[in-house]
Amino acid sequence: MKINKTSLSSISSLSQKRIAAEKRFRLYGLIGISIGLLMLIILIGTILSKGLNAFQQTFITIEIELIEAKLDKKGNRDLADIKKVTTFGYTPLIKKSFEVLISKENLVTDLSSKNVSKILSKSAASELRNFVLKDLNLIGQTVSFEFLTNSWIDGYLKGRVTRETIKNSKNVSPEQLDLVDQLVELGIIKKKFNLGFLLGSDASDMRPEAAGFGVSMVGSFYMMLVVLILSLPIGVAASIYLEEFAPRNWITDVIEVNISNLAAVPSIVFGILGLAVFINFMHLPQSAPFVGGMVLTLMTLPTIIISTRASLKSVPPSIRDAALGVGASRMQTVFHHVLPLAAPGILTGTIIGLAQALGETAPLLLIGMIGYIATNMPTGIIEGLASPNSAMPAQIYEWAKRSDPAFYERAWGGIIILLVFLITMNTVAVILRRRFERRW
Amino acid sequence: MKNEIKISAKGVQVFYADKHAIKNVDVEIKDKTVTAFIGPSGCGKSTFLRSLNRMNDTINTCRVEGEILLDGQNIYDPEVDPVQLRAKVGMVFQKPNPFPKSIYDNVAYGPRIHGLSQSKTELDEIVEMALRRGALWEEVKDRLSEPGTGLSGGQQQRLCIARAIATQPEVLLMDEPCSALDPIATAQIEELINDLKENFCVVIVTHSMQQAARVSNKTAFFHLGDLVEYGDTEELFIKPIDPRTESYISGKIG
Repeated sequence: MKINKTSLSSISSLSQKRIAAEKRFRLYGLIGISIGLLMLIILIGTILSKGLNAFQQTFITIEIELIEAKLDKKGNRDLADIKKVTTFGYTPLIKKSFEVLISKENLVTDLSSKNVSKILSKSAASELRNFVLKDLNLIGQTVSFEFLTNSWIDGYLKGRVTRETIKNSKNVSPEQLDLVDQLVELGIIKKKFNLGFLLGSDASDMRPEAAGFGVSMVGSFYMMLVVLILSLPIGVAASIYLEEFAPRNWITDVIEVNISNLAAVPSIVFGILGLAVFINFMHLPQSAPFVGGMVLTLMTLPTIIISTRASLKSVPPSIRDAALGVGASRMQTVFHHVLPLAAPGILTGTIIGLAQALGETAPLLLIGMIGYIATNMPTGIIEGLASPNSAMPAQIYEWAKRSDPAFYERAWGGIIILLVFLITMNTVAVILRRRFERRW
Repeated sequence: MKNEIKISAKGVQVFYADKHAIKNVDVEIKDKTVTAFIGPSGCGKSTFLRSLNRMNDTINTCRVEGEILLDGQNIYDPEVDPVQLRAKVGMVFQKPNPFPKSIYDNVAYGPRIHGLSQSKTELDEIVEMALRRGALWEEVKDRLSEPGTGLSGGQQQRLCIARAIATQPEVLLMDEPCSALDPIATAQIEELINDLKENFCVVIVTHSMQQAARVSNKTAFFHLGDLVEYGDTEELFIKPIDPRTESYISGKIG
């Protein structure tokens, strides 16, 4: 047989092809990763640029004289009597204080005092009323009060509304903007950090400036509490039984296949199931976070069961042999040795499952946890679980579908908060896995 | 007392689903002796060993027929609790498998779950005794709180032996205890086995004929699920009766 001796430095055509193929493959990989990263940057950039404005709000500070003759005619500071004065009683006070402001600061405007006060939020009068009802001693004094401006003025300060865009608008006039310009210069109208967005509740269509995310955050919190309390013990118990105790036969095979299938069922199916069973059949309250939690539990259970079984499987059988070999019962083997080793995996799976549930919107639509529902923070655990509320993703959806761009901005702001929660949860999951994972 | 029969197997058959792994084995294992099971891979020696403390129960498809008597009581009797049986018949496995816990907790685990000690000092004594018998005490007495998985392979295996001893068993089953160890660690374990027969009935499965010759008093040769020959180790190695035994120990099969 004749052997062709070739030099190592001269590359054969076959090698050349192989090298070229590998280079091409690496290039494809790099392109793929670059596209992915670019998309991620665009996504984060868009969310931040559109949503960060929601964390700021435009306020106007006005000196208001709380005239006793209007608010407390009898002068006896009786709460019941003062409550009889509706928000209509406060509106003239606000108008009047604007007049005072304009003359004091020598502001130039042709607007009627009614149209001047329209730069305030529609909730201004009720804000003032609540403020007075809290402290009746203020009646008769002149107080400096911070009002929300309406969303158009807010948008004007944020650049969302310009003189161009309002040409045909009935909501705001160029004269109002002229006045606002003067007030901004004086520092009377200012953009500030918007605590109300983090703590408040949703508001009606006419008052996007007053809408907050806080109450739906609390709704989500109670739902997650229910999901955790229900799905962790049920899921872990089911997995331990299936993995360690159940006989391997066709019944357990069917169960196993179905659990995997359930994990792939669209969440809206669980929603309609919850509607049919929990609300229509069991007559549990609509829109209640604990019902929402139960529906999300159904959705989360397969995820937790699958990840728990995987982490139980990954515990080496030699540990089970060792425990059984010294005379531990099967239950002792599982609880003393297998479960502690599987715990980090179980925890990670649970957190991922919770994070999934936290971002889930579709099932909430069906059990009525959407829309303008709760106006106040729940005061206790019972109220938090049972009184109607919304949840973060549902609130975002609700805002996004309203036509007003001021709500749209808040939807993006809500997405930022939701993402912060999700990223935090996933980070915790990664840290737990890193810290407690044992290698052997 | 010496040479009293500890385990007596009568017509034992073991099946894995359809596979007939052990065919009609009769054997009598004496107390305070070392009995070695030898044979080529897949001959059923480990299977038979695992049926002596019902470790095969954990395998779903495994089925055992016949009788195995421990001190005259059939361990496959439905009334026998396999958990109690395993406390009496300890086991050491092929690969050292300490729990990922401290050395102390590894040894103390058995006594704890079986309630063998009333107080902490008593438990300390049991742990020390077990580690001494496992020939590990001198090496680990200053670091009992360190993880057992941090020891060397040979030390881990001695820890596993100590762990098995700590539950105060009557029989010690060892499934190729030296196959994952280097020659020095192997020599230490073999020496240890020699000491252990003073107190226990030791049954060891080994793939090394030299090891069987070194440590055991009695040897059983398994081939394809049959117990081919059983007798005193010296006789079996010098004058095997069955031609299959002869061809195995002379290296022609297996």
